[in-house]
Amino acid sequence: MRFTRTRRGVQAKIEPVEASVLTQCASELLDLLGAADPVPEDPLAALVALPPTDLQPPTDPALGRLFPAAYSQDDEAAAEFRRYTEPDLRAAKRSSAYAVLADLEPLRDSGGKLTLDRDRADLWLAWLNDIRLVLGTRLEVTEDLDDQLDVDDPREPLLGIYGWLGWVQESLLACLQPRPNQA
Amino acid sequence: MTAPAQLDRPEVDEETTPDLPWVTIVWNDPVNLMSYVTFVLMELFGYPKEKAHAMMLDVHEKGRAVVSSGSREQMEHDTSRLHARGLWATVQQD
Repeated sequence: MRFTRTRRGVQAKIEPVEASVLTQCASELLDLLGAADPVPEDPLAALVALPPTDLQPPTDPALGRLFPAAYSQDDEAAAEFRRYTEPDLRAAKRSSAYAVLADLEPLRDSGGKLTLDRDRADLWLAWLNDIRLVLGTRLEVTEDLDDQLDVDDPREPLLGIYGWLGWVQESLLACLQPRPNQA
Repeated sequence: MTAPAQLDRPEVDEETTPDLPWVTIVWNDPVNLMSYVTFVLMELFGYPKEKAHAMMLDVHEKGRAVVSSGSREQMEHDTSRLHARGLWATVQQD
């Protein structure tokens, strides 16, 4: 699976096993995002969609990486920022994962071609980054990972997937020209 | 630490706008691809490739880099956009 630029957009030929791995990544990301989804206890707050008053920083390191503290030395400001941004960010990441699942659905049985228009390519790009952040955090990867890797490393199978995802993301990046001043 | 974004700030702003000295910082992490960080900085801030690349290298080599400066509100907005794309960003007063 490698993205290339075509007249119809960005394209990749996907094998069933690749579609299956990506599907699993999207599902696990959804589980992770859903598990700590804040539900307002106050029905009025839920009704008018007020930001939650008590939104704690995630304890899961992978979620902590997806939703980092915006202030490193000011817990109060960090909490206020989190309160106003994290629910929307979480919803956006969830929506992207569902979109990827929908794109993969027709490819799961026998593989095939995935074609993405520009907006969808950006969505995939950020999604690939999200799952690499989650996997990389879980595996505690370091920058000089390749030099340190032992053949007996128990992380090896997942590190293989992690490396492959980086390669796929890199191939997608190579197809895209940055569009300045995105929202 | 060098701060490329600050070099471009007109000096007059510093004197007339008291809430200007806030910055958005991007921190190094072992996962994000260097090409991806450059790409995101070009998309979000409209920086030319050379400037975005230099900032990315600062993040990579020095551990962090200032990627934008301005009002606190604007820096929070920038930080949330960076978080949406998976970059590890924080706001602080310069």
